[in-house]
Amino acid sequence: MAGKVTNVFIAGVGGQGILLASEILSDLALANGLDVKKSEVHGMAQRGGSVVSHVRFGEKVHSPVITEAEADLLVSFEKMEALRWVSYVKPGGKIIVNTQEIVPSGMEEYPKDVAKELTRRAPDALMIDALKLAREAGHVRAVNTVILGAFSTYLDFAIEEWKKVITERVPPKTVDINLKAFDLGRAAAE
Amino acid sequence: MRVLLSGNEAVARGCYEHGVQVATAYPGTPSTEILENVVEYKDDIYCQWSPNEKVAFEVAMGSSFGGVRTIVAMKHVGLNVAADPLMTSSSVGGDGGFVIITADDPGMHSSQNEQDNRYYAKFAKIPLVEPSDSQEVKDYLGTAFEISEQFGTPVLFRLSTRISHAKSPVELGERTEVPRKEYVKDASRRVVIPAHARRLHVSVEDRLEKIRDFAESSPLNRVEEGDPKVGVISSGISYQYARDAFPDATFLKLGLSFPFPVKLATEFCRRFETVYVVEENEPFIEDHLKIAGITNIVGHDRVPMCGELNQQIVRESITGERLDVDRPKTAPRPPVLCPGCPHRSTFFTLHRLGIGSTSDIGCYTLGVMPPLEGIDTCICMGASIGNALGLEKAIGREFAGKMVAVIGDSTFVHSGMTGLADVAYNRGATTVIVLDNSTTAMTGHQQHPGTGRTLMGEETTTLDYVKLAHAVGVKDARRVDAYDMDAVKEAIKQATASDEPTLLVMEGPCALLDRRTWGPALVVDSEECVACGLCLTLGCPALSKDEDGKATINPLFCVGELCSMCAQVCPKKCIAVPDKKDS
Repeated sequence: MAGKVTNVFIAGVGGQGILLASEILSDLALANGLDVKKSEVHGMAQRGGSVVSHVRFGEKVHSPVITEAEADLLVSFEKMEALRWVSYVKPGGKIIVNTQEIVPSGMEEYPKDVAKELTRRAPDALMIDALKLAREAGHVRAVNTVILGAFSTYLDFAIEEWKKVITERVPPKTVDINLKAFDLGRAAAE
Repeated sequence: MRVLLSGNEAVARGCYEHGVQVATAYPGTPSTEILENVVEYKDDIYCQWSPNEKVAFEVAMGSSFGGVRTIVAMKHVGLNVAADPLMTSSSVGGDGGFVIITADDPGMHSSQNEQDNRYYAKFAKIPLVEPSDSQEVKDYLGTAFEISEQFGTPVLFRLSTRISHAKSPVELGERTEVPRKEYVKDASRRVVIPAHARRLHVSVEDRLEKIRDFAESSPLNRVEEGDPKVGVISSGISYQYARDAFPDATFLKLGLSFPFPVKLATEFCRRFETVYVVEENEPFIEDHLKIAGITNIVGHDRVPMCGELNQQIVRESITGERLDVDRPKTAPRPPVLCPGCPHRSTFFTLHRLGIGSTSDIGCYTLGVMPPLEGIDTCICMGASIGNALGLEKAIGREFAGKMVAVIGDSTFVHSGMTGLADVAYNRGATTVIVLDNSTTAMTGHQQHPGTGRTLMGEETTTLDYVKLAHAVGVKDARRVDAYDMDAVKEAIKQATASDEPTLLVMEGPCALLDRRTWGPALVVDSEECVACGLCLTLGCPALSKDEDGKATINPLFCVGELCSMCAQVCPKKCIAVPDKKDS
């Protein structure tokens, strides 16, 4: 019997920096001596499609994917993508949503009912404007570290360890901006 | 040291640790990152991209003849291209350990079919090794080389998307050098004239039974004891799903699944009233059990044959208890041609001119999506040109004016060149458009014979498409600037009006190759915009409508002046670079 496994489901749109966020989380879990599996599909990540990354960690992890009603935490970089995967959250699981809206390619405008439907299904979801906080930190590309900051509050890893892995993973010139973005994300979630 | 590696990275690490000296491949999702990581060890391993999988296979086979440990890697459909040398390599065998890596794509995340390549092992009568996570990938690769060398056979090493692209912890080790075996001419084995091949076939059958005995007691096939009432047989990634679905069951986990260990499986099945066989796609294990006369099994009568499995599908299909989930309805978000993509001008123009296209495998297949909808057929690597010629032969020569063949540069080199020779040789009027973005873009930018650089970073010769067309007999061949909308339109109009075959090389480097070429986003002058919507028919993700129906450009996506296709097609000329707008 496998021990408890924590499932973090990260969703968004290709090009938003989802894969870096899941890399940082996986590294952190490994550094804490846990078994880790992380899965995503390559090939379409830069082409504007829906992108997900599954991160699972615990004493022993078998499947590399998270299925419906299994996620302890759903982190979405985009509003409609949060709605798309909301059924993957287990009862009592947490949801963090970046309020950014990205019009799906092939559509001329953003679907109108997304916000309402998301509120109906996930009334307790934490909504953050990561783009605004990223600008505040110094660069729009820091959206992913803002979001990492927000969801770090839901996991048991020490804040210094988060910052250590972020420092190792992001381009050296952007360390300060990313650490600031991480703090702003944390503050927004607390 | 323990690190997180994807299955593909673990293959590369395994190559390093197990003394591989030559590695070849043609890129294809989900296999591409294997060679992209092998090149990290280029001081110890020679590695190369070949023009296609058949050539990659033949080069690898030659290196195995040369006495060194060798791999060739490809995606599942790539093995179809390499099937000819594969079938005969079985009887010829290897000298240096020879491992063929196939990365299958259940669920077709990035493929045209979900063929199950385990059958190739059975078809070619070679052993099949199936790891189920990154640590096993690295460890089993070493075993695969030992099997290859012990039995004188190539080994098929099967990955799938969720092995190749999932990361899990791997304990790193040191490299073990494996000395090269001396090359000795042996025509009786390496020259497959019928007289030799008849004898070789007998030895293949004999070899297969010896490997079957080996598989019966190989540690790659293991029983994991659990609940004595519930028995499960599985392999590869399916094993991981089944483990999550039935954490307490007793498992027969197969890592060397062909030649099938009949005795081991029969003894295992005898212990249970019912044994559950969990495998993605085809009933490979299940069929072997049935042939052995084992009837107390539940497999594909419950587990679905189509698509990827996961722990939920395995649990629900076997127990019949379905999760009650209220699934939201959301608009799909399909991948599309990127902002700044040089291919957009061709599809926009074809669409406007009412010309269809037989197309091919690559980013440009995305030209099928609305609003471009510029593609009639897409079958396999290189098929575009033959398909266009065949349509013309069936419908009439004038149809060549209504249907062009569209193929990427890397795909053209892979298997389009022979199609072009066919057009010239058989007197077609076909227009062939090579979308030359100077890279293998879909799989993440690999070099190929048209780029002037090798996998190991050396400068090399560059294939000249125009000269090649001339050489095969296509007299009208020219280069066109893919970012010049008028030039693209004029070239396509002329080529399709002509009664002679034409090769158009639409040149424009992939916009993702060098982000330094990106400028500030273009802007729409909303005072001037008349909301005609023409620019929106380019299908650029950076363009959308505002509340008044006028065009608006998302500054996060637009690549700027480099592309400017929207500015060129705008009849009011109201899209421009911000500072140039007023001049």
